[in-house]
Amino acid sequence: MTNVIEVHELTKRFGSVTALDGVSFDVAPGEVFGLVGPDGAGKTTLFRILTSLLLPDGGQATVLGCNVVKDHWAIRARVGYMPGSFSLYPDLSVAENLEFFAAVFGTTVKEGYELIAPVYRQLEPFRDRRADALSGGMKQKLALSCALVHRPELLFLDEPTTGVDAVSRREFWDHLAVLKSSGLPILVSTPYMDEALRCDRIALIHDGRLLGVDTPAAIGKRFTRPLVRIAGSDRYGMLCALREHEHTASVNLFGDSLHYTDSRPDLSGDEIARDVTSFLDGRGFSDARVEPIEPGIEDSFMSLMASEAA
Amino acid sequence: MNSAALWAFIVKELRHIRRDRQTLTILLFMPLVQVVLFGFALRSDVRNVRIAFVEPAPDAATVALRNRFAATNRFRVVARVRRMDDVEPLFRRGEADVAIVTEPDFASHLSAGDTAHVAVIIDASDPNTGSVIRNYAQAVLAAYEGDLTENRGATRIITDVRMRFNPTLESVNLFVPGLIALVLTLVSALMTAISLSREKERGTLEVLLVSPLRPWQIIVGKVLPYLGLAFANVLTALLAAWLVFHVPFRGSVPLLLGESVLYALASLALGVLIAALSSSQRGAMMAAMLATMLPSALLSGMIFPIASMPRWLSPFTNVVPARWFIVIARGIMLKGIGLPYLWRETLVLIAMALVLITVAVRSFKPRLA
Amino acid sequence: MSAESATSAIEARNLTRRFGSFVAVDHITFDIRAGEVFGFLGANGAGKTTAIKMLIGLLPPTEGEAHVAGFDVRTQRLEVRRNIGYMSQRFSLYPDLTVRENIRLYGGIYGLTDSEIRERSSSLLERLGLSGSAGDLVARLPLGWKQKLAFSVALLHEPKIVFLDEPTGGVDPITRRQFWEMIYAATARGTTVLVTTHYMDEAEYCGRLSIMVEGRIAALGSPEELKRQFGAASVDDVFVQLARTTSEPGTAA
Repeated sequence: MTNVIEVHELTKRFGSVTALDGVSFDVAPGEVFGLVGPDGAGKTTLFRILTSLLLPDGGQATVLGCNVVKDHWAIRARVGYMPGSFSLYPDLSVAENLEFFAAVFGTTVKEGYELIAPVYRQLEPFRDRRADALSGGMKQKLALSCALVHRPELLFLDEPTTGVDAVSRREFWDHLAVLKSSGLPILVSTPYMDEALRCDRIALIHDGRLLGVDTPAAIGKRFTRPLVRIAGSDRYGMLCALREHEHTASVNLFGDSLHYTDSRPDLSGDEIARDVTSFLDGRGFSDARVEPIEPGIEDSFMSLMASEAA
Repeated sequence: MNSAALWAFIVKELRHIRRDRQTLTILLFMPLVQVVLFGFALRSDVRNVRIAFVEPAPDAATVALRNRFAATNRFRVVARVRRMDDVEPLFRRGEADVAIVTEPDFASHLSAGDTAHVAVIIDASDPNTGSVIRNYAQAVLAAYEGDLTENRGATRIITDVRMRFNPTLESVNLFVPGLIALVLTLVSALMTAISLSREKERGTLEVLLVSPLRPWQIIVGKVLPYLGLAFANVLTALLAAWLVFHVPFRGSVPLLLGESVLYALASLALGVLIAALSSSQRGAMMAAMLATMLPSALLSGMIFPIASMPRWLSPFTNVVPARWFIVIARGIMLKGIGLPYLWRETLVLIAMALVLITVAVRSFKPRLA
Repeated sequence: MSAESATSAIEARNLTRRFGSFVAVDHITFDIRAGEVFGFLGANGAGKTTAIKMLIGLLPPTEGEAHVAGFDVRTQRLEVRRNIGYMSQRFSLYPDLTVRENIRLYGGIYGLTDSEIRERSSSLLERLGLSGSAGDLVARLPLGWKQKLAFSVALLHEPKIVFLDEPTGGVDPITRRQFWEMIYAATARGTTVLVTTHYMDEAEYCGRLSIMVEGRIAALGSPEELKRQFGAASVDDVFVQLARTTSEPGTAA
């Protein structure tokens, strides 16, 4: 089966700003593909080109086999799109919003109910509530229901979890997993690195360029230097101390610890750990616990960003 | 065409209108308030003119003349004095608008068939009011003179001015057609521009564009509910004018409503065009005010007659749809004439509506940016 | 001012806010120590925003009391506001003013003298590496720079306490860390920081956390204490255990 999305050397400029710079990737049928990167990286521009809302300045893209420039009406009838900003009618009720979007696509809520049921069932007790009186998580669920109600063949979700609390975000990704199991391919963007783990494949995007396209695990493996994790009570103190260490290549806050790489290329993780422990001990951080660890997506992203900038 | 989608769009639009209580209230009451405001405050006809009489010798003829003035509902006699000097303070204190000065031998001159002199002195600090008062005063004097010559059976040319279609010179009659134009512009152009640019600002337009809806469907769905609202407003304005000011309606109501729809279509298209060109609700609102409300009020002949505009300005009035609609509406309402006389103006309106609709649909891109 | 409150930057006692029959904030009690980074977590609609609004004197409490920098949020709102800084993701700086104009404006609002503003703004710009962009419109700055600048501006009048409402939303991972290093640097100078975030790794950066659920504080302590208490591997897990709601809260966040 052919890819549901094929993007080749896509470029888009707004005046002097290059929003997308030679972006290429494919999305396979049934795949959940994540675009991971900060605001302003070009995610929204990419979504708008793929949903035929914007014309690219260079390169080609097809969606479900249709050219995004020429076949825009064919694409629009077949995809579901949830834009980055909350884009429902705040003065209409939950049910009115859903019915409206069903009708716009020439269908009814009843016909699409099976697909939206897992998401919409939680909203049904509030079907008469105005959309602007819903909490953030509930709004996202309603927007997802509206994007799904016409049973699209491909789903575009632009930052569906931005501004949503951690619990609602997990629930949202659980819903996406259910949708994926029904065979629906999904292109989803997020600024949250932890959400990348829930995708089949991801593309790291920064400043309009893709820094890498692969499975989350393989992206983590692109980070080839030995990495150590440093835990201890005064993390900021240790961070400042290590900034002055002559062998530090990078040191960063990472949740409840620090992540450190060494500038000496031939040292193993254990050797680095011993060296850092003695350095911190000499600086009075006697409770520092240092151990080699496997790098994650965020380590990779940061090192790719840094090497891109260099 | 997917008529269910269009119907759903209209229903959605009606819900927006209904739930925005504040705007809806304003829209429904505005025609009423405007008719009353224009009718009472902006009228250029003058009533209760305070008149003083300078009568050195109040003979029979002088008294007859004074009674003649007092009998009209325009003049109120505020003073009768002997000498000219006594009337001056009245003008200065603003207690009199006009003074009628008769000469001492007024009656005897008249009966002798001589020329009798009457001076009319008017406070013309407001020139418009001044000239209106002069017209009234002259009309009363002419009528008086007419009576005199008739009684004597002498053959003389009598000036007989008749004010056609608006014999009592009620300015409210003239304003109501203009008002209908203004209300239609406001509801059609302004409201459509605001409501469409709101979809843009909220991001809902983005979702609508990524749907099988064609641009013209979005436009029709947006425009139809406001057309209905505009229609209701025309009826309210007409009813208010008829009930409060007894504005006559001499022509065909269906014809006026039909012409109103035509005019509303042109305005709606203008609203869509403005929304397509502006990026925010606020911008659309300002643009709609500038591009539609102001010309409709100022360049349409509604308040200021086109004939008295500077020569360079008057060609510009031709591109203002309201200018043509007002001619039509005045024709139907005040003259009771129909299409045989108004087909030219109607054709201009049709052409304008067609051009604007075409441009509006073209300007409404199926893409962002 | 009691001896105890001298070391507490914020003291809340049974702070409560009702909207009609809905209790947005339900008798919350906590202390935030001077110089602490305090994470204020909770699901959307749990009452965080309402609580913060009461603490910065924008919304009077229906019940209970709170002292911020030693001042009563109910009766000394002006003093409260003079002693706090505020920055949120949604509103921070005027995008249509330049960097320098924004700094001048905030300096002026907080009553700094011209020479103070000049001095502090040049050192601020230098620290951020923005000296070359002082004349640029804020709208033109990348998001990360904007947020760092907004934070520095919120600190311009040297407030005792800064409230940061989702300061790093959508910011790239490197800039987020730089932002947090700025937070630590500010607390090292004695400033107290109250911060909300949806990034759970950032919750681990805080000295202590509170997690609000349906208007109440369901957990309070250092990240380590909370993880121990709930037998969880991360603050994320603690949060999910506490906040997984089965029903929609009464109104929007």
